[in-house]
Amino acid sequence: MNKKYIRSSILSALWLILLTFPIMVIKINTTAATVRWRWGNLIYVGVGGFLFTLVWNFFLDRRNRGGFKAAGGERAESAANRMGGALGSLLGRILRGKTDAASAEKVSLKAIFAHKPVRFSSLGGLVLLAALFPFLVSFYQVGIVTSALMFVILGLGLNIVIGYGGLLHLGYAAFYAVGAYNYGLLYLHWGWPFWAALPLGAVSGVLFGLLIGIPVLRLRGDYLAIVTLAFGEIMRLLLENLTNLTKGPEGIAQIPRPGFFVELSLQNSARYLYFIAILMVVLTIFVIRRLEDSRIGRALEAMREDEIAAQAMGIDITRTKLITFALGALWAGFAGVVLAGKTTYINPGSFTLMESVMILVAVVLGGTGSIPGVCLGALLVTLIPEYFRALSDYRMLVFGAALVIMSIFRPQGIIPRIRKRYSVGEQL
Amino acid sequence: MLKVDSIHTYYGNIRALDGISLEVREGEIITLIGANGAGKSTTLMSISGITKPRSGKILFEGKDITSLPPHEIVSLGICQVPEGRRIFPQLSVLENLDMGAYLRHDKEGIKADLDYVFELFPILSNRRHQSGGTLSGGEQQMLAISRAIMAKPRLLLLDEPSLGLAPLIVRQIFSIIERINAEHGTTIFLVEQNANMALKLAHRGYVLQNGVIVQTDTSEALLADNKIKEAYLGL
Amino acid sequence: MSRHILDIKDFSMVFGGLRAVDHVSMHIREGEIAALIGPNGAGKTTLFNCVTGVYMPTKGNISVSSAEGTVVKTNGMKPNKITELGLARTFQNIRLFSTMTALENVMIGRHSRLKANIFGAIFRDRKTQAEEEQVITDSLAILRNLGLEKYANETASSLPYGAQRLLEIARAMACEPQLLLLDEPAAGMNPLETRELERTINRIRDEQGITILLIEHDMSLVMSLSERIYVLDYGKLIAEGKPEEVKNNAAVIKAYLGE
Repeated sequence: MNKKYIRSSILSALWLILLTFPIMVIKINTTAATVRWRWGNLIYVGVGGFLFTLVWNFFLDRRNRGGFKAAGGERAESAANRMGGALGSLLGRILRGKTDAASAEKVSLKAIFAHKPVRFSSLGGLVLLAALFPFLVSFYQVGIVTSALMFVILGLGLNIVIGYGGLLHLGYAAFYAVGAYNYGLLYLHWGWPFWAALPLGAVSGVLFGLLIGIPVLRLRGDYLAIVTLAFGEIMRLLLENLTNLTKGPEGIAQIPRPGFFVELSLQNSARYLYFIAILMVVLTIFVIRRLEDSRIGRALEAMREDEIAAQAMGIDITRTKLITFALGALWAGFAGVVLAGKTTYINPGSFTLMESVMILVAVVLGGTGSIPGVCLGALLVTLIPEYFRALSDYRMLVFGAALVIMSIFRPQGIIPRIRKRYSVGEQL
Repeated sequence: MLKVDSIHTYYGNIRALDGISLEVREGEIITLIGANGAGKSTTLMSISGITKPRSGKILFEGKDITSLPPHEIVSLGICQVPEGRRIFPQLSVLENLDMGAYLRHDKEGIKADLDYVFELFPILSNRRHQSGGTLSGGEQQMLAISRAIMAKPRLLLLDEPSLGLAPLIVRQIFSIIERINAEHGTTIFLVEQNANMALKLAHRGYVLQNGVIVQTDTSEALLADNKIKEAYLGL
Repeated sequence: MSRHILDIKDFSMVFGGLRAVDHVSMHIREGEIAALIGPNGAGKTTLFNCVTGVYMPTKGNISVSSAEGTVVKTNGMKPNKITELGLARTFQNIRLFSTMTALENVMIGRHSRLKANIFGAIFRDRKTQAEEEQVITDSLAILRNLGLEKYANETASSLPYGAQRLLEIARAMACEPQLLLLDEPAAGMNPLETRELERTINRIRDEQGITILLIEHDMSLVMSLSERIYVLDYGKLIAEGKPEEVKNNAAVIKAYLGE
């Protein structure tokens, strides 16, 4: 720890004291018209600022020296392997009855999952847990997890646009609204049931995806972000002001929950929705994984990397961009229908810019382009505020800080994308 | 003047330089030759402070500059012309040159250097109000070198000045480099793929291989060396 | 007489008031290695960009003929359509898909030769699956042919510079071109690597019968590799002919070669 650290930390602390002086030290009692000077806070702010800067600089410096900088997926993989090392030695012993720690130490996380019985039993355990979960906890808890799962679908959908297509989309909640209102309106005006509205939700999602796709074909980067942001707001304002059609800010109430041949109790209905959400998450992951590993998926990624080179390779950029928007919007349309069926009440207030931003946060935090990353990100973003109620007032603060820290120390997300490797050996 | 003492530089976990030591004396032109990926550009970046070596020392006139930030290194008189020119495309030629003199405050000196630069490259004078991005590749390289001269460097680091340029322009630029060295007494550290031309211009050369200096000698000796001829000159 | 793969007739390109290419006519014959040289800013890359559809020519005709003999006028065609006609290119400033692996880069090059659509991708029918396996085999073969197989699973940006240049050629070859346009393939290579590149380019032409047009400043490469040379200066064609003729042409020496 050298002198430069200390000096810059003292300067930051002084600056912080000055900056927060009006709110941390001066307290005005407006009724009694008196001022209280809380000099004690000055010390807390100073010491806190000093220590924070010290730690921050230390880590920044270590990063700059390449001490623990994770330079892409490879490093993450090796980190996971190292973590797996300990687990591996344990599992290795159990599996093979070996006591030779040295040989067990070599078992990496990847190797463990390559081991068939382990893979199947862990997968089976996960399925069992997912299946039993709604019967083990209160239906309130089931509802929370269902919401989180829907957020996973949204995250995965936005990930197609941002992670694969590389198009910054800030109005994604509009597609969510399209799905929800699709069911709400079909029910309100024609009495359609949930299951009939569900496929139509996806279709209208795709249509609106194309609708926004066409005008932004020539845009990229900041311009695209601004236009998509405006699109999201226009969508919300339309829903608010087309009162004849949508009932405006008042919203649509008493939308029926999805039926299962017979009327379900509240409790069973929650479980039912949970399973619908689970199935949809599985479907989403299945479809996206297949797309990712196909001619279409590669075209999307080529477009993200370099549009001109992609065109020179024979990729039709216009088509690919439209496909990206349509595929992204499809999932939001789906999720929207489920939302309407779950909450039984929708209004434009549920589809604000904030919602779009939270989905984006889930994607970026979890790992742009990485399916497990986005799933984890979506779960964190929805479940943390639910289970740490005390934190919920500081939700934005926490996510903001998390994003700053992540973008400096681990820009590729919690679980970064690991590129598929092909076996070269056998073919040679 | 410049002494590099066994520096190791890394990109993440990849070692780019594995203990490089070299010396540049006042007033000379030295060149660093080697294959792609040998670490030539990294050596220049380490000297100019853009990528910091993890260990080792870089001394400029006896002062340790290893951990100084790039702008302080420039203010000491070391200026780099980066590979691929990196001029400011939206700024005019004159504004680009102004940016070169960013750290200077001697109005008259700046004016004199501006005249000198326009004398070296008359074409830039004709295009002084044109934006940098509209210049041809050769003119951009001239602008990049001129911008560095405007910082009044005592040591000029040139990274592949011939990259992507027509033969006529390459020859022109190399003769100007020689002139800058002779007239201004500016010391020059040249990194080049075109080892043939670089060695003809330079007084001394270092040969870099996989992050290690494997040979150093006068240019004449290196040009005559059969191994060098075969490996780097393509003869 | 052999077929003209590429025919450019009285072609001009104007940017704002600047005439980047000025009434140029040229053609490329099937099976030859031709070069386009000239000072920086002479309009060489602009010509490449017009031929490959990045820009729309202001005036003139560019046409591409297919192996069956049909001639298609390509002015204003989209780049991806031109690629489908059998023109593939590399870029002066390397434009690889940098976060993707070398193999994936080449696989993208196969795009225009594949058929799978979204539904095929999702349901993965037998045809798509067979196609997908074929892509991997073919792409690996291309990498192996250029000696890049050891980088197959490396991200493109982590490859050494020379390998990145070669990967651009590999990716272009994956398009199954009849004409390969190389924009300064030797830029930034040392003489030894340039020799190696020369052998590679010759091999591509001899073994696969791919016609080649290259822009290059390395005269030793241009002179030993190409059979015919076109010289541009300020957008105008100032010379064309065999290397010997061009080398001794007074106008070319004055504008470009020097001395």
